[in-house]
Amino acid sequence: MSSKMEAGLRSGIGAGVKAETRISGISEKFAELKGRGEGALISYVMAGDPSPEATRDIVSALARGGTDIIELGLPFSDPVADGPTIQAAGQRALAAGMDTEHFFELVEGLDTGIVRIPLVCMTYFNLVFRYGIEKFVTGSAKAGLSGLIIPDLPVEEASELRESCEKHGLDLIFLIAPTTPGERVKKVLDRSSGFVYLVSRLGVTGTSSKVSGTTKELLARVETDIPKAVGFGVSNGSQAAEIRKAGADGVIVGSAFIKIIESGKNVNERLEALAKELKNGILEASRKGE
Amino acid sequence: MLIQISKSELQNQNSRINREKRQGAIKLTGTTTSESQIKNPGLEKISGQETGAKAEAKGKYGKYGGQYVPEVLMPALEELVEGYERYKNDPGFLKELDHYLKDFGGRETPLYFARNLSKKYGAKIYLKREDLVHGGAHKLNNAIGQAILAKYMGKTRLIAETGAGQHGTATAMVGANMGFETVVYMGAKDIKRQQMNAYRMELMGTEVRAVESGSKTLKDAINEALRDWVTNVENTHYLIGSVVGPHPYPMIVRDFQSVIGREIKEQIMEKEGRLPDSLIACAGGGSNAMGMFHPFTEAREVRLIAVEAGGKALKCTEKAALHSASLCVGEEGVLHGARTKVLQDSYGQILESESISAGLDYSGVGPELAYLADNGRVTARYVTDDEALEAFHELSRLEGIIPALESSHALAYLKKAADAGELGELVVVNLSGRGDKDLETVFSQMKGA
Repeated sequence: MSSKMEAGLRSGIGAGVKAETRISGISEKFAELKGRGEGALISYVMAGDPSPEATRDIVSALARGGTDIIELGLPFSDPVADGPTIQAAGQRALAAGMDTEHFFELVEGLDTGIVRIPLVCMTYFNLVFRYGIEKFVTGSAKAGLSGLIIPDLPVEEASELRESCEKHGLDLIFLIAPTTPGERVKKVLDRSSGFVYLVSRLGVTGTSSKVSGTTKELLARVETDIPKAVGFGVSNGSQAAEIRKAGADGVIVGSAFIKIIESGKNVNERLEALAKELKNGILEASRKGE
Repeated sequence: MLIQISKSELQNQNSRINREKRQGAIKLTGTTTSESQIKNPGLEKISGQETGAKAEAKGKYGKYGGQYVPEVLMPALEELVEGYERYKNDPGFLKELDHYLKDFGGRETPLYFARNLSKKYGAKIYLKREDLVHGGAHKLNNAIGQAILAKYMGKTRLIAETGAGQHGTATAMVGANMGFETVVYMGAKDIKRQQMNAYRMELMGTEVRAVESGSKTLKDAINEALRDWVTNVENTHYLIGSVVGPHPYPMIVRDFQSVIGREIKEQIMEKEGRLPDSLIACAGGGSNAMGMFHPFTEAREVRLIAVEAGGKALKCTEKAALHSASLCVGEEGVLHGARTKVLQDSYGQILESESISAGLDYSGVGPELAYLADNGRVTARYVTDDEALEAFHELSRLEGIIPALESSHALAYLKKAADAGELGELVVVNLSGRGDKDLETVFSQMKGA
C-alpha cells in the first residue's frame, strides 16, 4: 500500500491525478538534472534475473550507485535487438518464471529509496500486443512505470500504443539509429516523449571497447529539445564521459551490469561500484563541458 | 461439388494466358496492370496484392503484415521496397531472372499426371514437379530472384536462415554462382538433424553458422540472421526464404514463387482446358503455398488448400507446441517483423513448434496466408507426422517419386480431402521438394517403429 503510493509519487502518477496534469517522471528527472548541469545515468537490468527477489536488491544497488533512471527488461522468448548477454538474461528470467503479471507486481513492490527514480519498461511488442495494448499500459501506469521502450516497434506501427500511453501519462520512447536518415529522424522526434534513445552503432546490445565516430555524428545530427540518451555498447566510466562530452543528455548501460549479475559474485557491491564509476564519468564530463 | 466454368470465362482465361505468353515467360505479379486486374478490382482485397504504390507501402494484408523491426532496419526495408519497385519491371532484370530460372534452375517444371494416385483417389491428380528444380526444391525460385535483386541494389553479401537446409542450399547455390559472400544461419539442433545439408552449403563456399540461442531451430536462426542484418545492413541483403518477415518480404517472396502458379495455370489449361477444382500445398511459412495460390486467388472456383504440420498432436505443453499448425490454431501476434498467426502462450512468449519435417517446423506463418485463411479464400488443414509418413511411402511406391516430408503433408491431405468431399475432380498438388534429404529421418522412424 505504501509502496504503491511511493511508486505513484516516484513516477509522478498518483491515484486521482488527471491524465493531463500528470508530469512524466522522466521529463521531470531530465529537467532536474539539467538544472544542475548533469547528465543522466540510465541503467538497464532484466526483471527477474536471476529471481524477482534479486531484482529488488539489484535495483537498490543501482540506485545507491547514482542511477537516475532504471530500465527494466520484461523478457521475451525472441529478442531480435539483443546481443548474447541480454538474451541469456532473458532466458534466465523466463526460466525463473517471469511473466507480464509478475513483472507488474515486481515493479509495484520496488523500493528505489528516497531518491525518485523513474522506471521504464523495455520489452518486445508481442508481449504488449498479446496482453492487450490498453491493458498493458494501464497495468504499467498502475505499477508505477513512467515509460515504455519497444525496440521492435517503429513509429509507423506505434500509433495505437502511443495514444494509449498519452492517455495514461506514460512516455513512449523511440529509437534512432545511425542508419536513420534525416527525414525519418524528424518523424521519430515528432512522436517521442521522455527521451529519445540513440543507438550508438549498428548491431545489437552488448559491450564494446570504444566509442565510435558514428555515435558522435549521430549526436550531432539529431537536433532536438527532447533529452538524448545513448545506448548499445557502453560499459565504463570513460566511455560514459566521452558520450556525455559529445552532447548526450543521458547514457544507457545494460550488458555491463548484466555481466556482473551473470557472474553471481558480490553482485550488489559491484553493481553499485560500476554505477558510481559511470555516473562519475558523466559528472566529470558535465563539469568540463560547462 | 464441382463448379463448372462457363465457356466465355474459359475463353477469357485462354486469351489471357496467350497474352501472357506473348509477353514472355516472366512476369511478376503486381508488375503489370492486366485487363483482368482492371476488370476485377476485388483482386486487391482477396489476395492482398496491392497494385497501388500507396497500398503497397504499408504492406498490410487486412490486419496482418507490417514492419515490426528495430529502427536500424527501417531504412534498409525502405531501400528494398524502392529497389524492388525499380527493378521488377526492368527488362535487364527480368531477362536475367528468366535466364537463371530456365538454365540454372531447370524451369519450367513439369505438371505431371499421377495416374496411379488418381486411380486410388478417384480424381484426376496432377503433381507440380518443383522437386525437379535445381537443388531439389522450390526454394531456388526465390533465392534467384532476391540474389539478382541484391546484385542490382549493390549488395555484396548475402545472409539467410535455414531450417532443413533447403533454403540455405538455394542461397548457397546463387551465392556461389553470382559471387556473393554468403553466410547461412542454421539452428545447432537442425545442423545435427541435417548434417549433409550443412556440408552441401559449405561445399559451395557458404559459411554455415550454428545458432546456439533459444530452441536452436529455425525461429532462432531467423533471430540470428536479423541480428546479423542489424549489424551489417549496409553491404548485406537478408535473403529470407519464406513469405514471412517484415514488408516487403512477404510480397517479394510470393512474387518470385508465383512462377509455380503461373506455370500450373498455363499447363493445366493446355492439358485439361480448364482450371483445377482444387490446389493443395503444404504450409510452414507458406512460400510454396503462396507461390502456387497467388495466380489463382481471383479464380474463386478454385479451392486453395494449405496443409500444415499437425506434428504429433494438435496440443501444446507449457513451453512448446507439439505441432506447427499456426494457421489452424495459432493466435494473432507479432513475430519476426510481421503481425500474423503465431503459436504462443497466454503472455505472448513464442512456443517452440514441432514437426517431422524441418521445413514446416515454424511457430509463425506468412501474413498474407493468415489473411487469406481468415477470410475463407484459403482453407487451412493439417495432417500429422504419421499421416505425412504414410503419404511419403505411398507416393514412392505408387508413382516412383520420393517426395520431401514437407510435400508429403500436402499429399497426405488427398485422403482426407477425398473423404471430406473437398477434392473435386481435377486436383493439383504442389510437390515442393524431393525426399532425398529426408531418407535418414524416415529410415530411423521406420527402424524405431
